[in-house]
Amino acid sequence: MRFVDEYRDATKAQMLATRIAALCEPGRAYKFMEVCGGHTHTIYKHGLEDYLPETVTLVHGPGCPVCVIPMGRVDDAIHIAEQPDVIMTSFGDMMRVPGGKGSFLDAKARGADIRMVYSPLDALKIARQNPDRRVVFMAIGFETTAPSTAMTVLRAEAEGIGNFSIFCNHVTIIPAIKAILDSPDLRLDGFVGPGHVSTVIGCRPYEFIARDYGKPLVVAGFEPLDVLHTVYRILLQLREGRSEVENQYARVVPWEGNLKALRAIGQVMELRPYFEWRGLGFISQSALRVAERYAAFDAERIFQIPGGRVADPKACQCGEVLKGVLKPWECKVFGTACTPETPIGTCMVSSEGACAAYYNFGRFSRERVKEATRR
Amino acid sequence: MNVGNGGAGRLEDRPGPEMLDPQEADRLRARDREQQETDRLRAETREQQEADRLRARDREQQVLDRIERVRRRKAHVREDRVTLAHGAGGKATHTLIEAVFLESFRNPLLEALEDGAVADGLAFTTDSFVVTPLFFPGGDIGDLAVNGTVNDLAMCGARPRYLSAGFILEEGFPIADLRRITASMAEAARIAGVQIVTGDTKVVQRGKADGCYINTAGVGTLDRPVRLSATAARPGDVVIVSGPIGEHGITIMLARGELDIEADLSSDTAPLNALTDLLLSACADERVRCLRDATRGGVATIVNEIAESSQVAVVLDEDAIPVRPVVRGACELLGIDPLYVACEGRMVVVVAAEAAGAALDALRSHPLGAGAAVIGRINDDPPGLVLLRTSFGGTRIVDLLVGDPLPRIC
Repeated sequence: MRFVDEYRDATKAQMLATRIAALCEPGRAYKFMEVCGGHTHTIYKHGLEDYLPETVTLVHGPGCPVCVIPMGRVDDAIHIAEQPDVIMTSFGDMMRVPGGKGSFLDAKARGADIRMVYSPLDALKIARQNPDRRVVFMAIGFETTAPSTAMTVLRAEAEGIGNFSIFCNHVTIIPAIKAILDSPDLRLDGFVGPGHVSTVIGCRPYEFIARDYGKPLVVAGFEPLDVLHTVYRILLQLREGRSEVENQYARVVPWEGNLKALRAIGQVMELRPYFEWRGLGFISQSALRVAERYAAFDAERIFQIPGGRVADPKACQCGEVLKGVLKPWECKVFGTACTPETPIGTCMVSSEGACAAYYNFGRFSRERVKEATRR
Repeated sequence: MNVGNGGAGRLEDRPGPEMLDPQEADRLRARDREQQETDRLRAETREQQEADRLRARDREQQVLDRIERVRRRKAHVREDRVTLAHGAGGKATHTLIEAVFLESFRNPLLEALEDGAVADGLAFTTDSFVVTPLFFPGGDIGDLAVNGTVNDLAMCGARPRYLSAGFILEEGFPIADLRRITASMAEAARIAGVQIVTGDTKVVQRGKADGCYINTAGVGTLDRPVRLSATAARPGDVVIVSGPIGEHGITIMLARGELDIEADLSSDTAPLNALTDLLLSACADERVRCLRDATRGGVATIVNEIAESSQVAVVLDEDAIPVRPVVRGACELLGIDPLYVACEGRMVVVVAAEAAGAALDALRSHPLGAGAAVIGRINDDPPGLVLLRTSFGGTRIVDLLVGDPLPRIC
């Protein structure tokens, strides 16, 4: 398939792997964080770690939008969904995320009208088709999905659709990366920068990472060769004693980002003073809410939400996994109490979550899998 | 003073250290000590890292063992209500079947959990159909209902003979649509060589069902001595799929019209009994170990069941798995793995290595098996697991899905 197979060429991968191995200084261990869950998914789906030397470790970061939603917000969303006449709409990933009192799937089984949609525009369509119902869209995601939510609100306003609102849980990537960089128990050598988010925010916002923290960051595409190439470029920077922001994904990501999308976000949403991230705790100015001007489309203002805070389960070490301090299997409940069927932490829910990806695709040590698959 | 070109070297390496002035000599000695200390620390770090790595691997193995123990535990339904995940064919479905149905109905015939039960020279099976939309490119709920049950019988190695048809109809359902459905059922039955000999009709109030649901049950006769079972796979066997995968599932997803994707694609729904007949005639003496039609949950689910039941490893080769470009394209767009997408006219065959050539020839001699291909083989380790050599050249595990394959958001 064109535009896909070129980026999955095993011969090129082998060439890159050789160069990567040559760049690694003997005796030095490297830890790179891939910020975005999409990269985690790529790494496991294609078995990319087979190409990396043992001294290069990829650490899975906080960039899975589903994984960082705190349990209290899930409970709030279910509370809204259970109000009279409400149709709650949500992306598929969100359906299994557990709150304090179960997930959307459980609430749906109890009778709430919760529907899976593929875009916020689908939710708006449902609102148009059901004028006597109140349709709420569970808005989640980083700057990647925030523009489409914002555009949908603008369209709802333009069309005068009064029975549509969003429950806004959009978060912003930079404060999360900063929180990770400031966490004392972390040792990282560089970042595989998020690709999709960068199509919106561009590469400039990452400059402080290279400048103030001295860590290379290379914005990466989502095909396996993209990620491998990115690892190569980070290692090259380290070898040459540089720390810069580079754009490996220039075929999609403009350096300045997408100004139109940023304007749409700016028009409809504003920064929250603080927001709770699952596992990471409260981070200031790290999330978006609906701006006053669009209050009529803000589910938080329309519905009385309990707004309770549910502490993460004690046994769950999602925070350490999100920060890259622990590998998924080092968590106390990994694979026993916490499995994809019965997730305790959100990292186990989405296929982009570090734990779920590890559980589904990478459970066995590389050696054993390699041994077993030898031709 | 001049200290030669050995400025970067060790003191001892250079001629005539006594020629240096004492201060310079001290400075160089101090630097050498520093260098030795650094080397020692580096070596220690390396040792430390190596020890850490080994310890980490030990710990990892312990964790993996623990997971395996948990996975072997008795199935246990934690939800207090049925959710859609229980119907998706993945882990939740397995749990529900084992913890609820098998617990209540337990008997040796059911315990095998094959596509149908085989006893007294007969094969017997049943299947219900609740597809939306009822009509889709390449077929409708009618031929699906006939082919599904015919295929379950064929997978037991039986010759399908008689079917029953039960209809649950929603008040207000157009008779014209019902006629269309029964016409395609009759045509499918004719092609498969079976007769629909008994049936039942129920009508429920508007809103209590979605148009039309169909249940079919079927009886087949075992005309040749076969012992097909998901427990029969042995190391060395090869895994064959009878044609390109994922076409039915993607067709249905696109036909629902929610995705606004258009593609030239139709369902692969077809009766497989002619194909199994050719196959079983070509490979005698139990060399065909197992037949499964890759319906709900797709090829990945089937091979996982085989790996689990036979306690073997299935190693698949991504490059060898036939997927039509249009299906691959749709899967890429949706973030879905074609290995988990349903087929309605494809089967997975496990066959002894020495019979692989004959099996492939037999399958390819029929139009429905023209795209048959060897997609992997059976290994002994690690038991119960499916591994995939990716096209990219890496390796990974292919596990059972937890719920429906859900499109990813970004």
